[in-house]
Amino acid sequence: MKENLGATGLIFNESLLWEKGKKGRTGFSMPPSDVDPGKADKTLIGDGPDFPDLSEVDVVRHYIRLSQWNFSVDSGTYPLGSCTMKYNPKTNERQAGQPGFASAHPLLPPSLSQGALKLMFELEQFLTEITGMDAATLQPAAGAHGELTGMLIIYAYHKSKGSPRTKIIVPDTAHGTNPASAALCGYRSVPVKSNPDGILAPEDVARIMDEDTAGIMVTNPNTLGLFEENIKQIADIVHAKGGLVYGDGANMNAVMGIVRMGEIGLDVLHLNLHKTFSTPHGGGGPGSGPVCVRRELEPFLPVPRVIEENGQYVLSEDLPQSIGKIHAFYGNVGILIRAYSYILSMGAEYLKKASQLAVLNANYIKEGLRDIFHLAYDRVCMHECVFSDKNQQAHGVTTLDIVKRLMDYGFHPPTIYFPLVVPGAIMIEPTETESMEDIDRLIDALKAIAGEAEKSPQLLHEAPHNCKRKRLDETSAARKPCLTG
Amino acid sequence: MRYLPHTPDDIETMLKTVGVNSVDELFSAIPEDCRSKTSLDLPLPLSEWELNARIDELAATMAIPPDYKVFMGAGSYEHYIPATVSFLLSRSEFMTSYTPYQPELSQGTLQAIFEYQTLTARLLGMEVANASQYDGASSLAEALLMAVRITRKKTVAVSSLIHPNYRRVLETYLAPTEYPIIELPYLEDGTTDLDAIKNRDDLAAVAVQSPNFLGCIEDLQLAAQKAQDKKALFVVSFTEPLAYGLYKSPGSFGADICCGEGQSLGIPRSFGGPALGMFAAKKKYVRNMPGRLVGQTVDSEGRRGFVLTLATREQHIRREKATSNICTNHSLCALAAAIYMATLGQTGIKELARLNFDKTEYLKNQLKAAGHEIPFERSTFNEFVVKFPKNFENTYEKLLEKKIVAGLPISRFYPELSHHYLLCVTETVSKKDMDAFVKEVRT
Repeated sequence: MKENLGATGLIFNESLLWEKGKKGRTGFSMPPSDVDPGKADKTLIGDGPDFPDLSEVDVVRHYIRLSQWNFSVDSGTYPLGSCTMKYNPKTNERQAGQPGFASAHPLLPPSLSQGALKLMFELEQFLTEITGMDAATLQPAAGAHGELTGMLIIYAYHKSKGSPRTKIIVPDTAHGTNPASAALCGYRSVPVKSNPDGILAPEDVARIMDEDTAGIMVTNPNTLGLFEENIKQIADIVHAKGGLVYGDGANMNAVMGIVRMGEIGLDVLHLNLHKTFSTPHGGGGPGSGPVCVRRELEPFLPVPRVIEENGQYVLSEDLPQSIGKIHAFYGNVGILIRAYSYILSMGAEYLKKASQLAVLNANYIKEGLRDIFHLAYDRVCMHECVFSDKNQQAHGVTTLDIVKRLMDYGFHPPTIYFPLVVPGAIMIEPTETESMEDIDRLIDALKAIAGEAEKSPQLLHEAPHNCKRKRLDETSAARKPCLTG
Repeated sequence: MRYLPHTPDDIETMLKTVGVNSVDELFSAIPEDCRSKTSLDLPLPLSEWELNARIDELAATMAIPPDYKVFMGAGSYEHYIPATVSFLLSRSEFMTSYTPYQPELSQGTLQAIFEYQTLTARLLGMEVANASQYDGASSLAEALLMAVRITRKKTVAVSSLIHPNYRRVLETYLAPTEYPIIELPYLEDGTTDLDAIKNRDDLAAVAVQSPNFLGCIEDLQLAAQKAQDKKALFVVSFTEPLAYGLYKSPGSFGADICCGEGQSLGIPRSFGGPALGMFAAKKKYVRNMPGRLVGQTVDSEGRRGFVLTLATREQHIRREKATSNICTNHSLCALAAAIYMATLGQTGIKELARLNFDKTEYLKNQLKAAGHEIPFERSTFNEFVVKFPKNFENTYEKLLEKKIVAGLPISRFYPELSHHYLLCVTETVSKKDMDAFVKEVRT
C-alpha cells in the first residue's frame, strides 16, 4: 500500500480571541475624520461592546491557526453523502469578487444594475433548461429555504383552487428538512415507506394519496442513491387527485443532461447551487436554493422577478398571485455568480459528463468495498452508495468508529446514520472531481480499517488519533450548554 | 475539462471493475421514458479567459463607488473592508469545508463560530446568539415564529418602521398559518407609536427596529416596558449593527430576542446577498431558538474543544417537530463578521461608529442649512430622512447622470412621505463628496 495520506505535523494551539490582545491595540486602519464631531444625545450613548483589542498580526495568526485545524475539499477527499462535496473552482471566486458585483447596492435603479440583472435572468434560463421546468426564482438562500419556498408555492396554488389541503406525503428516505419545511406551511407529513428495492412503490402512494393531500415530496435520485424508477406513475397518481409533485434536487448531480425533472412529472424542484453547481460550502453556508416550477405555478413565484423589456432588464412586482418576498433582496447573488460561472465553464457537454463520472465513481467504490462492508441495497447506484456496519458489529465496531478512524488516513468521513432506513448507514458520495487514484486510496483505507476492526478494534474505538482533538463529549455539551465565552 | 480528472483509460478500467460496458449502462436503472431525448441547450463551454471577459463585461455595467457617490443604505451599507478579512476568508480550510458535523477535524470552523456567537452576544448585549441565519428578513420571521412558540399566543405587533422588505418576508412566512400581524404606525418624531398595543393581551411579540427604517433610534426603554406589561416578548430588529458601537444595545433594555442583518460587519453588499442573519436571545429561550449552535466541551483527554450542540431542536433529528426548517447557516459570512469585529476591537468599533455618526450629522446640518427639511427630529446613526422640494424627481435623475445617487425615495414604501428620501453616510463618504452633493441640491 502507498504511504498513508494522513500525516501529523506541527500545528499550533490557539486561545480564544478574548484571551488575547491588550487594550490600545488595533487591527483596523481608521479613516481620519474630516468633519467636526456631531452632537449626540448622551442618554442614548452606550459603552460599546466588550471586544478584545487586537493587532492585525494577532488577528491573522489567530485565524490562520484555526484554519489549520479544519479539513476541506481543497485538502482532500470529502465523500459526504448527499452533500456533493465537489471541487469548488477558483475562477468562480474571481468572478464573484469583481467590484462591479461585490460593491453593488441592491436598490439602485435597474438602469444602473443591468449586468447583475442580466446574469440572474440568464441563470434562471440555464436552470430551467437543465431541469426541464418553465420558470425559476433565485431568491431562496439555501436548500431548506428553497423547500419552504416550494411548499409556500404549493400551498398558494391549492388555496387558489379553493382549499390549501392539510397533508403532504414524505418518504422515509427524505431529508429531515422536508417534513420541517412542510410543517411551516401547516402541512402534516404522511410517511410512506420505500419498498424492498429501496424505492417508492406506486401502490403505496396510491393508498394514501387523497384529495386532502397537497402532494408528495420526492428526492430523486433518493437518499439511498437510487433512481425512483416509478416516478412517472407516482406523479400520475398524485396529479389525478389534484396534488403536486415536489422534487428535492439535492441529488441533481447524478442526472444533469440525462433526466429533466419537468419531463417526468415534477411540478416544483429546488436546486442546491452549493452542491450540484460547485459553489463552496463555506463551513456551512452561504448556499443558494433556487426553485424551478412548471408554467402553471409561475404566477406564484416570489417577487420581484427579473424580466426583459425591449432589451433592458427590469424588476417586476406585477404578479398578483405571488407568495410574496422570501429574501430581503434577490437572494445570494454572490453565490449565483459562482454557479453561473460554473455552468458557462462546463456547457452542456461537461455537465453531463460530470454526472456520468459522479455515477461511475460511486459505482466503482461500491464494487471496491462490497466484499468488506454490508451493502444495504445491492443494485446499480447513482451518485452515492450506502453501506452499513453490519459486518463489523461482530467485532464490536460501529459506523462511528470506522469513520473516526478514516480521519487518521487523511479522509473526511462519509455521511453516517443517514438515511434512517439503513441502520448504521455509511453513505459515500465521491463526486466526479475525485480521480481514480484518489478513490483507490479511499477504498484501500477503508479496507485497512476493516482489517483493523477485526484485529485491533480498540484502535478504532479510540480514533481519531491524529486530529487536533480526540472524540469530543457531545452529551455534556448539550446537557450544560456553554454557548458563549 | 480541468475539473474532471478521468482519462479515457481510467474510465475504461473503472467500467470494467463495475462490470458494465459503457457509461450509459450505469444509468440502466432509469427507465427509458424518463431519459431526456435531447441534449441541453446551453452555451458552449468557455475557457477561463473567455469567462473573465464575459463577467467583466457584465460587471462593468454596474454603478458602484467610488465612481458613483451612493448616498444610499436602507439595509445594505458600504463600509471599508480590511484586506485581512477577504484574505482570511479565502483560506480553503474555511471556504471549502462543510458544516462541522465531524468536530475532530473541524475545530477551526467550530471555534471561529463559537467566537462569532460570543462577539455577537456582546455586541447586541444578549446572553446567547446562534451560529447565524440567512439574512435580516428571515431572522425577523424566525424570531416572531419563535415568540409564538414560547408564548403560545398567535398575534404579533410589528412596527411599520421595520424595513419594509423584512415585513414583506414576514408576511410570506406567516401566510399559511394566518397568524395576525398588527402594524404599529409611527409618530411625528420618527419612532414607533406603541399606543395600539395598549388594549391587547393576545400578543406573542412586539417588534421594533433600531435604528429604524427612517434612521431613527427607537425609545427601546419605553417599548420594552410596554411589551413586558402585555406579557409579549420584546423583539428588536436591526439593519445596521455598527450603530451599537455608539448607542446602547437592545439587550441592555431587556430585549427577549434581537435579530437583524450583519452585512455591515465586513461583508460586501454583493447586490443584496449573501448577507448575515444575526440572531440572539435570552438564555432561557435557547431551546426554542432556530438555527445551529456551537457549544464548548472537552475531548476524551479533557482538552477544550467545540461541537455543534442542542441538535435535538433541529430538523435532522426532530423532522417535522423541529424549531425551524433551517439546515444551513451563513457560516462564512459569520466568519467574516467575527474577523471584522476582532479587527476593530472595542476601541475601534466605538471610533468607527462615532465617525459614521459625525459624518451623517455633517450632511444633515449642511442640508438643513441649504434649506431642506429634516422631518424627523429623533437621533439617528448613519441614515436620516430629508424632505426635498416637489420637483425633486427631475433633480434626482439629473444627479444620477452626474453619478450621484441622492438616497432612496421612500414614498414607494410610505405613500404619505412623498418627496422624502432616505440618505446614508458611512466612513467611506468624504466631506468633499458631501459638499459637492449639497451644492447640487441647494435651493
